[in-house]
Amino acid sequence: MLKLEVNKIEPQFNFRATIPTIAITVALLVDILIPNNANAKYRNLTNLRSVLIVGLVLTVILFFVTLFNKSYREKYSHKSWFVGAMITFFNVLNIVTVKFMLLPQIYFPSLNRVLNVFIQDRKLLLTCMGSSFSLFLEGLVVGVIAGIITGIMVGWSKNWNYWVNPLIRMLGPIPSSTWIPLALVIFPTPRWAAIFLIAFGVWFQLTILTSSGIQSVSKSYFEVSSTLGATDSQNLFRIAIPDSLPSIFLGFFNATCSSFVALIAAEMIGSKSGIGWYINWQKEMVAYPNVYAGLLIIAAFCYIFITIQFKIRDKLLGWQKGVIKW
Amino acid sequence: MAERGNKMVATLKNLETSNDLITACNISKEFINTNGEKTIALSNLNVEIHAGEFVCLIGPSGCGKSTFLRLIAGLTSPTTGEIKLDSQVIQEPGYERGFVFQDPTLFPWLTVYDNIAYGLKIRHVFKEKKKDVDEFINLVGLSGFEKSYPHQLSGGMAQRVSLARALVNHPKVLLLDEPLGALDAFTRMNMQDEILRIWKQRGTTMVMVTHDVDEAIYMSDRVFVMTHRPAKIEEIINVNIGRGKSLGRQRDSVDFLNLRSQILKILDYAGKGGQTPEYFL
Repeated sequence: MLKLEVNKIEPQFNFRATIPTIAITVALLVDILIPNNANAKYRNLTNLRSVLIVGLVLTVILFFVTLFNKSYREKYSHKSWFVGAMITFFNVLNIVTVKFMLLPQIYFPSLNRVLNVFIQDRKLLLTCMGSSFSLFLEGLVVGVIAGIITGIMVGWSKNWNYWVNPLIRMLGPIPSSTWIPLALVIFPTPRWAAIFLIAFGVWFQLTILTSSGIQSVSKSYFEVSSTLGATDSQNLFRIAIPDSLPSIFLGFFNATCSSFVALIAAEMIGSKSGIGWYINWQKEMVAYPNVYAGLLIIAAFCYIFITIQFKIRDKLLGWQKGVIKW
Repeated sequence: MAERGNKMVATLKNLETSNDLITACNISKEFINTNGEKTIALSNLNVEIHAGEFVCLIGPSGCGKSTFLRLIAGLTSPTTGEIKLDSQVIQEPGYERGFVFQDPTLFPWLTVYDNIAYGLKIRHVFKEKKKDVDEFINLVGLSGFEKSYPHQLSGGMAQRVSLARALVNHPKVLLLDEPLGALDAFTRMNMQDEILRIWKQRGTTMVMVTHDVDEAIYMSDRVFVMTHRPAKIEEIINVNIGRGKSLGRQRDSVDFLNLRSQILKILDYAGKGGQTPEYFL
């Protein structure tokens, strides 16, 4: 087999940069050379093959880029094993489903059928993505604003801490979905109730981490700031809040994760659109390819959203010593 | 030679003289800990510090010298008595009393430049006084490091930033709480000269806490020797040794060494052969 040293980064060519291309070629050969099982439904679909061909062209182009761009070569080579493993995972999935039918095809449909959903249901999926995204964003914005404000008040003011802190501890840990009955009664429309459910989880996470961030600001920063002429409110806005930004960001990260969960719960109530609703509906119809397609969309969305979030964080918190890279 | 016997009774007479910048009258400070026990940090302190003077407070740890500095800064208030700056009673911190802590305590989320500009910005005078920031960056020798963040600086550099940050406000008095305590010997000697240079150039009154007798003699006009239990100023010593080119005293001169042993004697360290003074037992 391959006996090359993978850790050594050579000036021009890095073996690791070829891993994705090799993995995708293997997957393509498997798909072409092994015939689909005779009992498989929709055995004539070739969506996976099209995706693999596009992927192959892409990895070849990227490989050529790595030959000339040093920083990109290092980045691409670093991720290559992971990308290769992911491709191989789908390759194995392809083998055990449509090629040899080792798994019951009603629950584990072929990748071709999952990909086919994106083509057939594309209009419905796009509307669902749009409505999910706007619901998610509205809940997140409301929750973040409310959470940061409450967190600052609780962290900064003794009175707020006295009155609000015990309430947060009582209400916060209650899972979002258990609020559904109450939310439906209190709010005029199910959509408002859904926004509340998402915002609530976000609010809790941000309140906890903002207030603890503000309370743990070193007293000496306030002393220095005061001797330089700062007033109390300047101490809050110029010392306490900047210093607790790392903690606030951690709260924001936790909040996004919990709001994905809340989003799915929120879409169970009264809505007729959204990815969560789509997955639920398709599950009841036992349309597993559609369920997987929905899950893939959620996964991709989470990945993109969290990546953007960390990019912003690294930009804002570059002053931190040894900031944790994600 | 230094004068001895310049006791507090004598200084009390001078309280009303016009060039006194800081006057402290019958100051005492008590702390009550969580068990309800009372600790007397300072008792019946009477001090006056002249404008433009360099004063060092020296004494063993826990003798209340830092507490006195914090009282002038307005970071704590005295249990009895009052401290005045230019005949105005000190009640809270203010920019006219700059403070430099032993730990530079730079704001880690601001660059060197923004750390120094902080005082001007919060007082809303940054636009008019932008030049001052550059001037003080030059003064403490940090040109080229404006965009660095505190975690990228060495201990000496960080302390220079901290010094510039306090000075940019043009304080009437700069309070230095063991500012060089955490630095290595060579950086420390360089910084001593640098502080003296700034003192001469700006004419800022300096009140410095130190536990280093040599540093006190090298730098100050007067040394307040404080002792423990009861916490008080044991003696005020005028350092009547001529300043050299670098504004500091010649460290190996006879006068220097005599004064040094005199202070050590007051502090009860001299001639004890390394024996621990009574107040540490």
